[in-house]
Amino acid sequence: MTVTRRTANDLAWREAIARLARGQATLLGLWGDPPNVRMALLDEEVGDIELVTHACVDGRYASVGAEHPPAVRLERAIRSLFGMDAIGSPDTRPWLDLGCWGVEHPLGDRSPPREPTPYPFLPAEGEGLHQVPVGPVHAGTIEPGHFRITANGEHVVRLEQRLGYAHKGIESLMAGASLEQGWKLAGRTSGDSTVAYAFAFAMAAEDALGVRPPVRATYLRALMAELERIANHIGDIGGICNDAAFALMHAQTAVLRERVLRASEAAFGHRLMMDGILPGGVRRDFDAAGAAAITSVVAEVRRRLPRLVELYDNTASLQDRTVGAGVVKSEYARRFGAGGYVGRASGRAFDARRMPGYAPYDALRFDVPVLDAGDVNARVWIRVREIEQSLSLIEQILGALPDGPIAAEVKSAGNVGDGLALAEAFRGDVLVCLRLSADGRIERCHLRDGSWFQWPLLETAAEGNIVADFPLCNKSFNCSYSGHDL
Amino acid sequence: MRRTLFENVTHRTLTEPPPPPDEAALRELARTVNRAARARLGRSLAIRHVDAGSCNGCELEIHALNNAIYDLERYGLHFVASPRHADVLLVTGPVTKNMREALLRVYNAMPDPKWVVAVGDCAASGGIFAGSYAVAGAVKDVVPVDLHVQGCPPSPRKLLSALATLLGEIG
Repeated sequence: MTVTRRTANDLAWREAIARLARGQATLLGLWGDPPNVRMALLDEEVGDIELVTHACVDGRYASVGAEHPPAVRLERAIRSLFGMDAIGSPDTRPWLDLGCWGVEHPLGDRSPPREPTPYPFLPAEGEGLHQVPVGPVHAGTIEPGHFRITANGEHVVRLEQRLGYAHKGIESLMAGASLEQGWKLAGRTSGDSTVAYAFAFAMAAEDALGVRPPVRATYLRALMAELERIANHIGDIGGICNDAAFALMHAQTAVLRERVLRASEAAFGHRLMMDGILPGGVRRDFDAAGAAAITSVVAEVRRRLPRLVELYDNTASLQDRTVGAGVVKSEYARRFGAGGYVGRASGRAFDARRMPGYAPYDALRFDVPVLDAGDVNARVWIRVREIEQSLSLIEQILGALPDGPIAAEVKSAGNVGDGLALAEAFRGDVLVCLRLSADGRIERCHLRDGSWFQWPLLETAAEGNIVADFPLCNKSFNCSYSGHDL
Repeated sequence: MRRTLFENVTHRTLTEPPPPPDEAALRELARTVNRAARARLGRSLAIRHVDAGSCNGCELEIHALNNAIYDLERYGLHFVASPRHADVLLVTGPVTKNMREALLRVYNAMPDPKWVVAVGDCAASGGIFAGSYAVAGAVKDVVPVDLHVQGCPPSPRKLLSALATLLGEIG
């Protein structure tokens, strides 16, 4: 992976925006780092990343969102958190800040809170429309978020999300934290992707410090990452079917998921493998008993999965719900740089393991499944195919696991280090940009969940569907609330 | 589909025997539960879960309680969609300032008698998120808590043990 770092004056900043707007680059992230704003761009042709730093004048910068809509929410978040204004932004409403913090711009000037004002939702006009407000507390065991659905009869005319309920201030807790506190926080940004976050954070720290993890450690990291991917995909396939009232599938997949979690615990000491990856390597080595548990669960998934896939494929009443529901146009997936199964079910063949790529995936064989239909059904099939690929990856890893140390020494070189990494979580790519001070503490750490570029597409996917299919569409995306809200 | 259904009838049950009650939880509960409540509720409790800002790790393990291996419903414990139907409020996460009011509203919407179970290290103390400008604090700082289940996240077995303890004391 090649990362080019450059500082941009106003002209260069606008030139970068123009490249995004023309589709010549994909937006990987946009965040505040006072007195600068920083933006990461991906060249999808070659997999190179460009990290652009732009100095704001009086806390103002030219809006990216004005030309490139995927940046709009990012700019709203920058404004709410840092108080830095995007000049020309089409939407200046607060984001993440729901008026409860007792402080405004908590990562910026920390000014006193504004007078509470009602949040203006976007309008939907026409005859016979009604609104359905949903959340932040939902009917099931789900994360908090608000959905404002405007419907005409049964059909969704407009869906608008209001998020931020799970905002914990992770980036402020990161500032000044030790590397150890940092990786614990990163691993608790979105619990379902704890391995992927720890993986991305560790790679960013290693990039900043110039440390190379031992080969054995990279293989063990990938082993954990693929177990996490399989567990989530299996659980979610059942969850999607359950939201179409097909409980049989859910019952079957829930048992299979439990088996994967137990094998993960046997091998790595924690069901979700939290804190298993740390900068420099992995926390604990892997023994024969762990290998046996994983080999056994891989065999079980290989045996049971085809039957469940057949059940999914042959149940007409279930297909009736998933085929054609919640379509994401491929044009939107490309423009928003939507990662994971959301992008890959809509023709965007991006997978951070493949491109830009990182160890050990460059030494392993796997396919990146892609479909074009963009509906709930396509997202289910991408997950099925990815489970198969992950099983193969695990077998390759177990077959080729090299001997050697599991962690390299991590120490500060005595100067400021800037690190950037991209890791593929089960739902999409996680970006971590980390700056360490000379004494090894974290100065600034930005974490960007894949959900940032998927949540807006859920709004478009719900349009024209019936209200009752919204949970189904939502589950097929399974965006992270906590990972997005930070 | 028929083959899958038929197999479920013929193969041995997947559900595991219940874990023993949690002694520490028993002591915590002994202070809060009275006999009148036991008589009223019988051996059945309706649970409402609220994520007050967790990382979603605890949610995954709460979900697991409903799988065939832990089978929460065999104890008469089941999740309900409305706080109006709930006896027990299960709260995860540090309570974020953005979720504080929603949590209070859910608590206030529940009929008496009611119990609150704080799930996970964040719910107990704010965990690693304590001290942030965006975090109101532990669950007990917002609503009265009857039982804490520690862990990051607590395993389903630990959750089951705590809930069975609650049921044993109340039911």
